[in-house]
Amino acid sequence: MIIYALIFAIACFSVGLLLNLWRVIVGPRISDRILALDTMTVNCIALLILLNFSLGSPIFFEVAMLFALVGFVSTVSYCRFLLRGDIIE
Amino acid sequence: MTHELPLWGEITVTIFLVVAGLFALVGSVGLVKLPDPITRLHAPTKATTLGVGGVLIASMVYVFANEGRVSMHELLITLFLLLTAPISALFIAKVHLHLRERPDTLPEAPDSVGWAGYAADGPARGVRDVPPPEPGTTDTTI
Amino acid sequence: MISRFLPHPLLSLTLAIAWMLLVNHITVNSIVFAVILGVVIPVITRPYWPDMPRLRHPFRVVEYIFVVLYDIVKANVEVALIVLFKPNHALRPAWITVPLDVRSPEAITTLAGTITLTPGTVSCDLSANGRAILVHALHAPDPAAVRDSIKQRYERRLKEIFA
Repeated sequence: MIIYALIFAIACFSVGLLLNLWRVIVGPRISDRILALDTMTVNCIALLILLNFSLGSPIFFEVAMLFALVGFVSTVSYCRFLLRGDIIE
Repeated sequence: MTHELPLWGEITVTIFLVVAGLFALVGSVGLVKLPDPITRLHAPTKATTLGVGGVLIASMVYVFANEGRVSMHELLITLFLLLTAPISALFIAKVHLHLRERPDTLPEAPDSVGWAGYAADGPARGVRDVPPPEPGTTDTTI
Repeated sequence: MISRFLPHPLLSLTLAIAWMLLVNHITVNSIVFAVILGVVIPVITRPYWPDMPRLRHPFRVVEYIFVVLYDIVKANVEVALIVLFKPNHALRPAWITVPLDVRSPEAITTLAGTITLTPGTVSCDLSANGRAILVHALHAPDPAAVRDSIKQRYERRLKEIFA
């Protein structure tokens, strides 16, 4: 039963990733693109954890955690660049 | 993966995975479907975070039912996402306010002091690709 | 004496727990290291934490967390229904000004985070004197009701929590 739920969840997150990619490409506004990239990192974290599940190894947790950290920092630095023209003042 | 979970474990993990997948999908659909940038901010930041939270809880339950040990690792990622999602959303909203809105398209702040984003010390030096639209006109810039 | 070695007991506790979660095994080794981190980091970084927020009712924090978690789930379902079944022209997005009674920065930060996490509302900006929050609502036919529910449900509790 779990295997079907797993496939369903992976399918959901992958379709979500494609929709986000569409929004990154189409835009139209720069804030949409940042938002879509941020959502993509969150979806990738979920996919990594589902991969953990199906491989049965805890090795991707560190990867997921680093993804969460880097995704947050990159979103904030994109926004800061747009807001202030500079990242570290 | 092995399939020797007790029934309650299977059912809980399945429910969490399905619900989490649906929420994440709704968040991404909202990102595509909603009409303008600031409403698009609503769907993904929260629904997707909840989706990831659901997957992480499912993973915790799976480890507990499969190996009998409590894995709290996942809680750290969930907490981190829950703490950072509002901050990213606030930053993106600020970018939107900075690039697309003007003080006269927003409601007046009480005591008529203005909103902090527009009252920063000195002009913000940021990139402003197109000037924000005049109030009342339809926005045709892409 | 205790303030010398543990200037921020809550920070020390958070650091120790975070380390234990990161290691994911409860052994003597990891516990000792968690204690060391929890003692050393607050002492080293003390200049960056000039005054610590005082919590008046620590148990109200737990109640607040559960209220917010419940609201996140409940309101996510509402937003999912709006996204999936409401046509775009029927949406009534609105800017809402929420006047604030809380004054401490920690309380305002927590309130802004809560507003963003409960779906349907995003906190966008603070007024220049910190007395009001600008909130955007996804679907608010009655903006006054949204404002009142934010004040009633979250701000009242935060006022009790933060001294």
